Amino acid sequence: MSLLAIQVLNGLQLGLLMFLVAAGLTLVFGVMDFINLAHGVQYMMGAYLAATFIGWSGHFVIGLGMALIGIMVFGLLLERVMFRHLYTRSHLDQVLATFGLILFLNQGVKMVWGAAPLSVPVPEWFQGSVLLGDGILYPVYRFVIIGSGLLMALVLWLVVEKTRLGMLVRAGASNATMLSALGVDVRKLFMVIFAFGTMLAGFAGAMAAPILSVEPGMGDQVLILAFVVIVIGGIGSIRGAFAGALLVGLIDTLARSYSVDFMRLFVGPAAARGIANGLSSMFIYLLMALVLFLRPDGLFPARGRT
Amino acid sequence: MKMTGKNPLNSLFFMHLQTIRSLAAYDMKNLFYKKPSWPHARGMEYFKLEVFLRGRTNVKKLVTSTILGAGLLGLSLSAASAQEPLKIGLVSVLSGPQAALGQQVRDGFQLAIKDLGGKIAGRPVEIVVIDDELKPDVAVTKVRGLLEKDKVDFVVGPVFSNILQAIHKPVTEAGSFLISPNAGTSNFAGKGCHENFFVTSYQNDQPHEVLGKYAQDKGYKRAYLIAPNYQAGKDSLAGFKRHFKGEIVDEVYTPLGTLDYASELAKIASSKPDVLFVFLPGGMGVNFVKQFRQAGLAETLPFLSAFTVDESTLPAQQDAAVGFRSGMSWAPNMDNPQSKAFVKNYEANFNIVPGSYAMQAYDAGLLINSALVATKGKTDDKAAVRAALKKADFASLRGKFKFNTNGYPIQDYYVVKVAKRADGKFQTEIEEKIFTDYGDTYAAECSLK
Repeated sequence: MSLLAIQVLNGLQLGLLMFLVAAGLTLVFGVMDFINLAHGVQYMMGAYLAATFIGWSGHFVIGLGMALIGIMVFGLLLERVMFRHLYTRSHLDQVLATFGLILFLNQGVKMVWGAAPLSVPVPEWFQGSVLLGDGILYPVYRFVIIGSGLLMALVLWLVVEKTRLGMLVRAGASNATMLSALGVDVRKLFMVIFAFGTMLAGFAGAMAAPILSVEPGMGDQVLILAFVVIVIGGIGSIRGAFAGALLVGLIDTLARSYSVDFMRLFVGPAAARGIANGLSSMFIYLLMALVLFLRPDGLFPARGRT
Repeated sequence: MKMTGKNPLNSLFFMHLQTIRSLAAYDMKNLFYKKPSWPHARGMEYFKLEVFLRGRTNVKKLVTSTILGAGLLGLSLSAASAQEPLKIGLVSVLSGPQAALGQQVRDGFQLAIKDLGGKIAGRPVEIVVIDDELKPDVAVTKVRGLLEKDKVDFVVGPVFSNILQAIHKPVTEAGSFLISPNAGTSNFAGKGCHENFFVTSYQNDQPHEVLGKYAQDKGYKRAYLIAPNYQAGKDSLAGFKRHFKGEIVDEVYTPLGTLDYASELAKIASSKPDVLFVFLPGGMGVNFVKQFRQAGLAETLPFLSAFTVDESTLPAQQDAAVGFRSGMSWAPNMDNPQSKAFVKNYEANFNIVPGSYAMQAYDAGLLINSALVATKGKTDDKAAVRAALKKADFASLRGKFKFNTNGYPIQDYYVVKVAKRADGKFQTEIEEKIFTDYGDTYAAECSLK
């Protein structure tokens, strides 16, 4: 297998991880018209709960299950205590309140778990790696991440397209006021969506825990990428989040691997390295700017949304 | 702004504004005001402050009241004997992702003072701990508070080099001593050196040079280098290349805070170097080390690093980092009685293995103690304190330790290797001495003797 194919695989893997985070964000943002900056810290909470429960139960799947239940309960609690009171407020109030929650939770996990990063071992069945030609080994666990990302995408698609709940979600993304006027209990719908969105973020955090450092503030970098993804894909659209995440994952990975070689075609090696380093971290934002210019609603906007 | 005069808040605000103005005026004046050398200098400052705050009030009344006040102050000052507490400011990062390092510095220093019985040369010690939040502007504001409000004689800190750049001038210009337990930038080692600045860690380049020398000695021909895309990353790779003369296969700078190194790892595997050198501090190092091990590269490719596998990251890296190498002046298994006692004591108190951050902060405590024991607890004569500090007459945890002309250390450096201890905890262990009595190259540019 060539290096290019492996880098494409890496890009898909990063993209699917981003999809798990962005799917929850796009649901909450799209359906509820709620700017939830705290989505990143919900991802962090998922990773911390997974680290705790996996360590405590000594088993990856049991620990993951407990972490998912834990993060869902946590999401419901947050909705009840804080988010419920912000639905009718302006976007600025929501940004302020959820930004406060970021500060609060980042400091909170430090008080509970300490400032030093935590470790989550790779589950035993998925240790080891597969040889993909020319001495390049690909860890099995990364295939697991790809698999679980695809599985989650399939489940979400089935729920959103084929069930009554999914219909309500789509209707809410198009016009929540009309949905409420038709007699649907929008508050309850919002609560379910919020809890589900939190669980998706937590799931992403838990799956990333064995390959990433579990530390306070780990969600902040992910949050920015997730917003880029949903802006590219179209707010409120699961399909858009999927396409946007894969695009971002692929472009980021390929730009990082090939921009130096590419720049070398035009300038000397030292200059190429300097330019490429700056350029490669810029690519996804260039993509976002391009999409906003050509299709301001994103690649796959939710239907009927204005 | 419209002033109605009816709203009490408005008048309050206006009063506040007045105070700020007078304080600012005082500050401006203070810049050009040379501190008198007579013993009641502190009383004099209060006098001046009062003059400025009162502004345009009755001069006669003012003079009598201030003379009275200054007199009382002078009395109270002379009543305080040599037993007044020694104030030390501790500047460290205690919030944000890097807090784990800052906590080691704080705990290491406080442990040193505790082990000295809470007293230095008979004077009780008061440590004022401040969190620099890893923001230079915040650090400067808080350090000015330490110097002007708390009037500390020593400032110990910080952890990070960018904070050092910001607080170096305020502290040294105020005539206090600045003792860095970690950051040791090249500018203050060379032309910008200062007689009141001492470093108990290393010059920043040196831990990286250790690995370059090691790679050269081992006869590795082709090296692959990775560092984050910022100044310290570039300095790191330059430090590695100072002693390594082989071929550099590639020199990769990744964005700060990169999560997934899969694409870099694939490139490393396909270019098949003899040795890898990594500088990825904090969470980046945790991500990289785990992913490097999972990619199966650890079996074939020697892993050399700086600040990537140490006691602050090992609790998260665990088995993934075992056998990886780093460069340092000390490791928890250092074979001397004071170091063994320190490690045991630190673990009993904080339940984690101390890293070099804690060790260097502990040595900073011992250093201050040694100097004040020599001056019998007096801090008024700065020249005497300075001369005593320069001697570094204390039993350093790393054994041999002395200061170069620029206030940076001359010491031994080792390649250290990550190992799992019998009790299941992880630590670095000394493998091989690389440099003996090694000073930095910038000292030649420093004008101090």
